[in-house]
Amino acid sequence: MSTSPQPTQPVTRRPTLPDGFVVIVKEECETCRMVAPLLAQFECTVYTQDDPTFPHSVSPLHDADLAVSWHHEIETVPTLIEVVDGIEIDRTVGWSRADWQRITGIAHLGDDLPVMRPGCGSMSVDPDLVDSLRARFGGHLLQARRIELADLDDEMEAMFDRGFTDGLPVVPPTEERVLRMLQGTTRAADEVIAVVPPDLVEVTVEKIAINAVMAGCKPEYLPWVIAAVEAICTDEFNIHGVLATTMPVGPVIVCNGPGTKAIGMNAAGNVLGQGNRANLTIGRAVQLVVRNVGGGRPGEVDRATHGNPGKISFCFAELEDGSPFSSLATSLGTPDGANAVTVFAGEGPRCIVDQLARDPESLANTFAACLRTLHNPKLVLAFDVILVVGPEHARVFAEAGWDRERVLAELHSRLQLSGEDLVRGAHGIAEGIPVHLRDATLAKFRPGGILLVHAGGGAGLFSTMIGGWANGDVGSKPVTRLVGK
Amino acid sequence: MSKQLLDPSSERRVTERTRLARPTSLDGQVIGLLDISKPRGDVFLDQLEQRLVGAGAAVKRYKKPTFTKPAPVDLRHEIATNCTLVIEALAD
Repeated sequence: MSTSPQPTQPVTRRPTLPDGFVVIVKEECETCRMVAPLLAQFECTVYTQDDPTFPHSVSPLHDADLAVSWHHEIETVPTLIEVVDGIEIDRTVGWSRADWQRITGIAHLGDDLPVMRPGCGSMSVDPDLVDSLRARFGGHLLQARRIELADLDDEMEAMFDRGFTDGLPVVPPTEERVLRMLQGTTRAADEVIAVVPPDLVEVTVEKIAINAVMAGCKPEYLPWVIAAVEAICTDEFNIHGVLATTMPVGPVIVCNGPGTKAIGMNAAGNVLGQGNRANLTIGRAVQLVVRNVGGGRPGEVDRATHGNPGKISFCFAELEDGSPFSSLATSLGTPDGANAVTVFAGEGPRCIVDQLARDPESLANTFAACLRTLHNPKLVLAFDVILVVGPEHARVFAEAGWDRERVLAELHSRLQLSGEDLVRGAHGIAEGIPVHLRDATLAKFRPGGILLVHAGGGAGLFSTMIGGWANGDVGSKPVTRLVGK
Repeated sequence: MSKQLLDPSSERRVTERTRLARPTSLDGQVIGLLDISKPRGDVFLDQLEQRLVGAGAAVKRYKKPTFTKPAPVDLRHEIATNCTLVIEALAD
């Protein structure tokens, strides 16, 4: 019997397997115990994961740190591997009499055993061990600076002390957690996703993953965070300006596609509120990237007069099931059924109440009257809006056969305003448009300036408007990006 | 054993630069006046221009395309190349 010593440094490179046959087993596994007597019947190297003396009939090598199992992606024990010139050429997992006989070339090997028995989970994929093993063997792949804390340091307080949080506690980004987060994407950890204003720093998948851990994301949310970071860092969205403005806006993220359901996003009751991990943590992760990587912090480049609570996180999914409207993402040009994020520089949401509307004309009148007041009833064309139509309001339009285009056309037609009412000084209000436009008719919103989204709970004749910031080339345009893997 | 966390920041080291000495006179100075395109910034800069020219300085006027974005690199380069001082009208 011989055992391999426990290395003090993790084995970060894949160890070469000896030529011939290699079998990986653990004593705890019934199938491994069943095949153990066979291992003395042919020349093979046996690695044991748990009991260093198992099987007693051979001289096993102890894969004490599970480096062999990890690097050779052993998911099941027993695993039989054939190696030629250091290269694996065949493998079978569990016990399959035909496979073992074929690979070893021994015609009657295990003839007295059942035809087939499934194996057991390898210790290297044990859920209790896998995070620490990934950190042990893959931690060197992470490039971020390590922050050493003493045992008595409180990680939560340490993150606050270093200015890494948005004012709420964050999940401490350990190697284990960050590597687990990176399992959520197929992209390389060192891939640069964007240049983040205001400091204009390149952000890698790894840095996004660190901030996603802190925000509380699950790994499956990571591609959505990456897409949103990519979107806000475009010249069109202009996150620098969104940060620097004194207006109370931040990135509002609208998610579309079947993936929203797959990751458990909320598009229904309390859609803009608390209680859903995916909604809240995706938006928060994006804001933490802006803060920590881009250097966009309140009181510094962020000059908001009031801000709004959505600047911690503002992310939700469109309710596509049962919607009478085409989705926001498809209306902005993405293929049907694609997963996509649309980012919008928006303020906090405001409720539109109309509990008596039963016909679309009346409801459109209400929407137009409320939308007209956006930011100031006398300001036009300068700001876009997200109009979140609740299901009960949407039903009024649907029953009348109004689709997205019809609703928007009806709203735009009701929002053609007389310059007389808008000019500076009119109605005793100094704010307004220049007086030389007195005789003009002006639209409240530019074409495409109302972004209609269907979302909310099934009960309540309410909708919501989310006002935007300076629009177009001057300020920020909504940006849509497909969500990758 | 100590605990280890990963740094979520850019890990950037900020370079500190000392300020240039204040000019003792405006004579011979070329002063760039940068309008950031906020309403009425031009009114403020017109007044400044009058006073600076009256005090013997040469003035060059510049304008950002929009106040919501940083000045384009070319514009910053042009100002740095042609001016000895710059004044920026920040807001309305």
